[in-house]
Amino acid sequence: MTTLDEKSIYGPVTNWQSDFDHADPSYNENAHAIWSELRGTCPVAHTERYGGTWLPVTHDLVHEIAYDTEHFSSRGVVVATVKPSDLPDAIPAPIGGAPPITSDPPFHQDARRILLPAFSPKTIDLWEPEIRLLCRELIADMKAADVVDAATQFAQHIPVNVIARMLGFPPEDGEKFRGFVHDVLEAINLEPGKRAEAFMALDAYIAKQVQDHIDNPRDDLTNFLLNAKIYDQPLSLQHVGGSIILLLIAGIDTTWSAIGSSLWHLATNPVDRRRLVDNPALMPTAIEEFLRAYAPVTMARVVKDDYNFHGNEMKQNDWVLLPFPAANRDPKEFENADQVLIDREVNRHAAFGLGIHRCLGSNLARLELRVAVEEFLAAFPDFELAPDEVVKWSVGQIRGPRELPVRINARTL
Amino acid sequence: MKVQVDQSKCQGHNRCYAIAPELFDVDDLGNAFAIGDGVVEPHLAEKARLAVANCPEYAISIVEE
Repeated sequence: MTTLDEKSIYGPVTNWQSDFDHADPSYNENAHAIWSELRGTCPVAHTERYGGTWLPVTHDLVHEIAYDTEHFSSRGVVVATVKPSDLPDAIPAPIGGAPPITSDPPFHQDARRILLPAFSPKTIDLWEPEIRLLCRELIADMKAADVVDAATQFAQHIPVNVIARMLGFPPEDGEKFRGFVHDVLEAINLEPGKRAEAFMALDAYIAKQVQDHIDNPRDDLTNFLLNAKIYDQPLSLQHVGGSIILLLIAGIDTTWSAIGSSLWHLATNPVDRRRLVDNPALMPTAIEEFLRAYAPVTMARVVKDDYNFHGNEMKQNDWVLLPFPAANRDPKEFENADQVLIDREVNRHAAFGLGIHRCLGSNLARLELRVAVEEFLAAFPDFELAPDEVVKWSVGQIRGPRELPVRINARTL
Repeated sequence: MKVQVDQSKCQGHNRCYAIAPELFDVDDLGNAFAIGDGVVEPHLAEKARLAVANCPEYAISIVEE
């Protein structure tokens, strides 16, 4: 997927309280147990890695930081060996490199308003038939195999295809997108120079696509951004490119992970799988419960100035991880937090974040997740983890299965 | 009984509109508002309570009259 020499500059984790590393392969695999232990002992873990990083794991603390834009900046949202403050050419706050996700108030709201209509529930609902057709094509491609990889043959293609169509990018570049997403979100612990190379390749690709849209305008999100205005001026090309990077990177791994984790749950919980097959009316609460229990996205913030946060001496430019998935499993906020209850009716989960940075694509993500689960279950009403095969989990801030081999026990094709 | 959406708190999670489209609608930006004057007919009271209980931003409230 990538040509980079992928060697972490850090060693394995020996202590999750004082030396955690969310890119250690054992983190995402054991995330629920790690958060549960930390919640009981030290609700804010710390590590010197990545130049100093904090990890609060309770709902209260995650909630507090998400709302506190005075002390915490969004100009860096992916914890990595390169900090925004290390980059002399980085676009400073309040705009950041990928507006509006990297933007702070007051600019944030103005940049966000440009994109909100394109991702509102009523605009996104129009995509349902196309997403359903795409899911059916992917399922048909799996044909009659006994064992299929629900992550690499199914889940990952859905957001990749949808965002390529929305942006008007070549559909055959899907593999390239997955490479960029991997470089940005998973290859976070490399020697800093290598990470810079990956970003240059991404910037060059986006610049080429944007130029093609300037030369050959069409009806898609890229031309929409090129025509958009902020403060009565067209968006700068830097802003357009940054927003495209956001749309390309933020929607792929995340949705792929949500679909994969939901199918992993159904592969490992036959009672829930049968209940959903027999009673599709449970789908709305089941989808919200999968989003709560397997929320894929941990965000990040940068500490603006030295700040004592509940006794933790945070330094300027320290990273702070915002593990919404850990908040969603906090027993103080949710009854039976560690149980997945597909008929849970009261479910105030934070899978799409809290506060002004609520996931811009949440309506699209939810639609893709629901349609993907519906179509997979309709085609394969009985499946389980393939014996003798291994589920491979992602590394870094986005949690979900990257390889999910399942054995199909019943099919309706 | 009436439902109210605090526009300064709503971030467009779209949970209320999904749970109770009879009571809530969303604008072009995806932010929610109560339909009409927010009056909840008795048969929709449970849906109104669920909308309140599922809003991640605590933006919805019920006013008993």
